[in-house]
Amino acid sequence: MVADYSILLIGAILVNNFVLVQFLGLCPFMGVSNKLETAMGMSMATTFVLTLASACSHLTYNFLLQPLGLEYLRTISFILVIAVVVQFTEMVVRKSSPLLYRVLGVYLPLITTNCAVLGVALLNINKDHNFLQSLFYGFGAAVGFSLVLVLFAAMRERLTVADVPDPFKGAAIGMVTAGLMSLAFMGFAGLV
Amino acid sequence: MTELIAQFPLLAALLALVSLGAVFGAVLGFAAVRFKTEGDPIADQINEILPQTQCGQCGHPGCRPYAAAIANGEPINKCPPGGEATIQALADLLDVEAIPLDEEHGEEKVKSVAYIREDECIGCTKCIQACPVDAILGAAKLMHTVIVSECTGCDLCVEPCPVDCIDMIPEEETLQSWHWGLPDPVSRKVDIIATDATTGEAA
Repeated sequence: MVADYSILLIGAILVNNFVLVQFLGLCPFMGVSNKLETAMGMSMATTFVLTLASACSHLTYNFLLQPLGLEYLRTISFILVIAVVVQFTEMVVRKSSPLLYRVLGVYLPLITTNCAVLGVALLNINKDHNFLQSLFYGFGAAVGFSLVLVLFAAMRERLTVADVPDPFKGAAIGMVTAGLMSLAFMGFAGLV
Repeated sequence: MTELIAQFPLLAALLALVSLGAVFGAVLGFAAVRFKTEGDPIADQINEILPQTQCGQCGHPGCRPYAAAIANGEPINKCPPGGEATIQALADLLDVEAIPLDEEHGEEKVKSVAYIREDECIGCTKCIQACPVDAILGAAKLMHTVIVSECTGCDLCVEPCPVDCIDMIPEEETLQSWHWGLPDPVSRKVDIIATDATTGEAA
């Protein structure tokens, strides 16, 4: 039981990393990795929303869509669920912790359009995960996302002061770095 | 119900999506009321730190607008009346680096109050209009005077006075407002506490 869940978790974090192996959620990966600080903020917000959204979408699918035979509506329903979770989170954070709200700020609404969130919800259905498995899978995916985002941001901060050949400066070297990171993460393939 | 759904699958889909939307709308509506925030809480906290002179030296029409601007990312060093102490308090609140006062917006001065030399006052009411906190009493062609407890020492009434009868007098030291001056080990070359020798500055 414990082994099952830890394999699920490690699988989602390292082996099937959503960003570097499944290539989901690349927009925030490239977009908010310029500064370590913002990357941390984005990671925290995404972790929270991803975990919550995968649980909520699992409930929606199993208690509303499946009994009515409406499996084909899952994509649109999940988008609805994710948008509501993000909006709700924003309200709660705004009320309970103005400082955290300041840090997360613009990144919270951005998560709505993070394809990794929808991807996790849909994959949970495809893999027939139960509620707890969905929760763990979502959390693992979020931790994996946070891990590579923070690593990548740290590298990009160093790249800004590195002596990069002119044609590779800026986004180009970022892409190359992301590709190399992806290669490195492929090395986890045999782990689970 | 189940027969109806089996007969009209479209109806079921519509029903499901509408009810989903209704439930989520209700949740968000509840959250909007339950977690209601008046204005910007961060701006409120900043506003409490600012000295409330309403002097406009920061380039904003008052302390509240400047607080809102800081909340949106403006530099925290534009408030001369608050000086070093305000910048430090703001830096602590916002978790940013304390930066020296921006000279462009004025220098830090001793807190003072306006004083109108009443026998020279011609009763033009210009200073009354300039005062941001309504601390000047008077009427047209009658001499004006300043309510000391209301005056924030912002200087704004000095400029419009046509006969230059307003002085800024440093606030009198009372038993309540007097305090020890900060030690200055750099100029005195005296080590007050052990760490002075290494850092060269007192806390």
